[in-house]
Amino acid sequence: MNEKFEYLLRQGDNALILAQQLCQWTGKGPALEEDMALSNIALDLLGQTRMWLTYAAEVEGRGRDEDKLAFLRDAGACRNCLLVEQPNGSYADTLMRQFYFDVWHYFLIEGLSNSRDERIAEIAAKSLKEVTYHLRRSSDLVVRLGDGTEESHARMQAAANELWRFTGEMFIYDAVDEAMVKQGVAPASQVLRAAFLQHVAEIFDEATLTVPPLETYMQRGGKQGRHSERLGYILAEMQFLQRAYPGVEW
Amino acid sequence: MQAGHATREQVMAWLDEVADPEIPVISVVDLGIVRDVAFDGDECVVTITPTYSGCPAMQVIAESVTAELNKHGIAKVRLATRLAPAWTTDWMSDAGKAALKRYGIAPPAQQAIDISGLSRRLAPEPDVACPHCGSMHTALVSQFGSTACKALYKCLDCREPFDYFKSH
Repeated sequence: MNEKFEYLLRQGDNALILAQQLCQWTGKGPALEEDMALSNIALDLLGQTRMWLTYAAEVEGRGRDEDKLAFLRDAGACRNCLLVEQPNGSYADTLMRQFYFDVWHYFLIEGLSNSRDERIAEIAAKSLKEVTYHLRRSSDLVVRLGDGTEESHARMQAAANELWRFTGEMFIYDAVDEAMVKQGVAPASQVLRAAFLQHVAEIFDEATLTVPPLETYMQRGGKQGRHSERLGYILAEMQFLQRAYPGVEW
Repeated sequence: MQAGHATREQVMAWLDEVADPEIPVISVVDLGIVRDVAFDGDECVVTITPTYSGCPAMQVIAESVTAELNKHGIAKVRLATRLAPAWTTDWMSDAGKAALKRYGIAPPAQQAIDISGLSRRLAPEPDVACPHCGSMHTALVSQFGSTACKALYKCLDCREPFDYFKSH
């Protein structure tokens, strides 16, 4: 197994699937500002996807490119974590998914900007400013809606509880992750998890939300290609054109 | 003209005529994304640093750069991308910032975005001047405006909304 290729696919797929999901809000956001924000965040993530998948294709060295990786892999070959394939649901669900993702993503990208792999460090340094914006925004909204009305508070707490079991997978390292840590490419799991938990606790405290129990069963498998049924539907929409008209170009 | 005879300064001057497709009052040189111009034989290599990862204008910029240099007799043009160091609004020229303001977009008000702190409250809020009336009495409406690089503000004095080109 080519560990670096696998690791790069994970980064690219996380950003790709979340971008695809966020695009579904375009034109349907609860407020114009939110509509624009989610579309712009999706755009940032899509740009990051291209850098990750382009590098992944080069590392693999089998003649595939970013497009082939994005549009011609089926669910079993996708390496995104389960969190990003969770349904958009209500705005509270989308926002909480984004918040959990942003917190983890920020600390990961920060760690990767010191990677011993120069190209990964460059991509991460490029992404870090964007990811910082994303996290500041989602943290701000979690506080405003968590410490908002009775209704918004209840919805945010429900979303926080529902999505919590998808926040462990990123910190459960397998052989691929461990190989990257050993090579100085990726940051260690414990460091990321501690930073994640601290930031979530700070924001939830301000938002009058309760952090779900730390020691609970965490869903896993996305990184290894074991996904929920839902990913198939996301891919069906995203990949339709390339599947129906192979090789089509603008 | 033989491409090999064009100087770097000449090429930069020509590139200064290439407008940003989203904000046509500022050139790609003013925007600070042209990192290098070099000749590889008779091929002109223009090295560009992307602004935001997903900025849809980058493709158009690449095409416009090629077209502009073709017009000046450089037949072979290659665009190279350089990621590091990452682009920052600190590289935007003073002329570019002044042009933005005249166009009604408030230019970046501070040095590159501070990425060291995550605390929402401690993140420094820039003092943004209204590009219409000059008042400093303005408020953020939305972190994201019509494009990823802009935020939406409103002036609390002249009451006009405006775009702010974020420090990045």
